[in-house]
Amino acid sequence: MSRSRTDRWLLVGLRASGAVTGAVVLLVIAFLLIESWPASRHVGLSRWITDPSWYPTSSAADGRFNLVPMLWGTLAAAGIAVALATPLALLSAVFCRFYAPPTIARFYRRMIQLLAGIPSVVYGLWGLTALVPLIQHFRPPGTSLLAGAAVLTLMILPTIALLADAALANVPGDHLRAAAAAGLSRPGTIRGVVFPAARAGIFTGILLGTGRAIGETMAVLMVCGNIVQTPTSLFDPIRTLTANIALEMAYAMGDHRSALFVSGLALMAIVIALVAMADRIGRGYAYA
Amino acid sequence: MTMTPDTLIPTKPVAVTVPPRPDHPPIIRAENLSVRYGDHRAFDQVTWTIARGRITALIGPSGCGKTSFLTCLNRLADLVPRCSVAGTLDIDGMDVLSAATDVIALRRRVGMIFQKPNPFPVSIRRNIALPLLDHRLCDRRTVDDHIERTLRAVGLWGEVKDRLNQSAFCLSGGQQQRLCLARALALKPDILLLDEPCSALDPISSGVVEDLIVSLRGRYTVVIVTHNLAQAKRIADDAAFFWLDGGAGRLIEHGPCRSVFENPAHPLTRAYIHGARG
Ligand SMILES: Nc1ncnc2c1ncn2[C@@H]1O[C@H](COP(=O)(O)OP(=O)(O)OP(=O)(O)O)[C@@H](O)[C@H]1O
Ligand SMILES: [Mg+2]
Repeated sequence: MSRSRTDRWLLVGLRASGAVTGAVVLLVIAFLLIESWPASRHVGLSRWITDPSWYPTSSAADGRFNLVPMLWGTLAAAGIAVALATPLALLSAVFCRFYAPPTIARFYRRMIQLLAGIPSVVYGLWGLTALVPLIQHFRPPGTSLLAGAAVLTLMILPTIALLADAALANVPGDHLRAAAAAGLSRPGTIRGVVFPAARAGIFTGILLGTGRAIGETMAVLMVCGNIVQTPTSLFDPIRTLTANIALEMAYAMGDHRSALFVSGLALMAIVIALVAMADRIGRGYAYA
Repeated sequence: MTMTPDTLIPTKPVAVTVPPRPDHPPIIRAENLSVRYGDHRAFDQVTWTIARGRITALIGPSGCGKTSFLTCLNRLADLVPRCSVAGTLDIDGMDVLSAATDVIALRRRVGMIFQKPNPFPVSIRRNIALPLLDHRLCDRRTVDDHIERTLRAVGLWGEVKDRLNQSAFCLSGGQQQRLCLARALALKPDILLLDEPCSALDPISSGVVEDLIVSLRGRYTVVIVTHNLAQAKRIADDAAFFWLDGGAGRLIEHGPCRSVFENPAHPLTRAYIHGARG
């Protein structure tokens, strides 16, 4: 087959797979919009924020539909997890790439890969049986924002660490040679040259980690207590949007069911906002 | 003219050495210096002194170990896996190859410019500030003065003073190379190693960089690798000729530029210079 024929087929294939990816995203959004339409119409716009609480019923007129406490629950748990996991993950990637002897680095990397592969329900089990009783010992009831954030931290740490490690490994040798020739110290090289060069990859890692933290359902459902309230301290039980969907979907009907799709739509909106923000930040720094 | 290596390489090359003249005290002394990459010998048994404050050109065919020689001088060879350096190398009284040598201090004193400009992936300002601050040569209050002075020294200040915070990759190749030179000069080195600094540049940028190198004469010891013999002749005070012999590079001849180019003592040098010229 001639070169240009191959190229043309490759192009067709690439375009097709691009189109499929885009179509899937659009279909998911369209599906969410259609399913959430009844609730949006019956509940209106403002009641998702202004209703006194979350007591959904199958007909919108009788129920209360305030999603804000669960939104705060989701954002607080994911935010704390990302804030804790990011520095730890970056330290571990830097250690692995620049300080550990090769054999230890290899072993360490394997461990992190293993950690990334553990199913979330196992994290949840560990949180429920080990972490929650520990917190309960200090501040009952134990199931809390803190427990959820801690479990999420452990879950997203390997994701961010692995992607950061890959980003550090991809820093061009030219940069490292330039840094060495300028006599930069190791911390100076890492801070001044390696991080700027690996910025895009590190951001991708943080973004994926954040997405995972926001979307995680099972583990947080097991350790957070699932009481619908805006958390005022780390020891308050919370319910996240994802846990809410999982808990209520089985029996929800009518506007209640549709309201759960509205909360799904809200999750989707958070993730899209996140991607847009990361894009802005990434572009602001896009030097290379 | 034709040049067949077989007939030209004597079985045992006789290195023609000119003793260093007393008015040009040496700053770099290499004795039986060899570099190998695994089993592969890059160059062998180089014994040579390089004079302080002069421009020394390193010429020779591709693969004869010129770059490898430069990377011994600032221990950049340390970065190459399976690279081993043997022999003795002394820079201004410092035993370069000793394990106890402070490599960071060595590299501050021995700057290097590469063939391909390689600014750091940060802003123009930070390219200079980074090494300055890392070596604690100034503090944050005075760093801007240092940056301005250094950029003026390479004639870049007027071209970049309004966009110091832009990425260094926004600059043209020639400007990037001058920025790299500024980055090296900011550390106030004694020695500058230039590995084909002009070969990736257009003739005009190349001329600008060449003039800059000439302006360094006397204040810095410059060792420059170049494939451009005309350039070597124009700018160098001393010259050395490396040749690939039996798979490994050797130092064939060195001495004042004029004698190497106009009256080479070794037939290989003569053949290379004439061959490259014709
Ligand atoms: N990193 C490396 N690993 C293995 N071998 C290397 C490495 N760098 C150089 N060599 C080998 O060492 C020899 C000398 O290389 P060197 O780069 O010093 O030559 P050079 O004179 O600078 O050539 P050029 O003029 O093409 O730049 C070559 O045979 C090359 O293949
Ligand atoms: Mg070279």
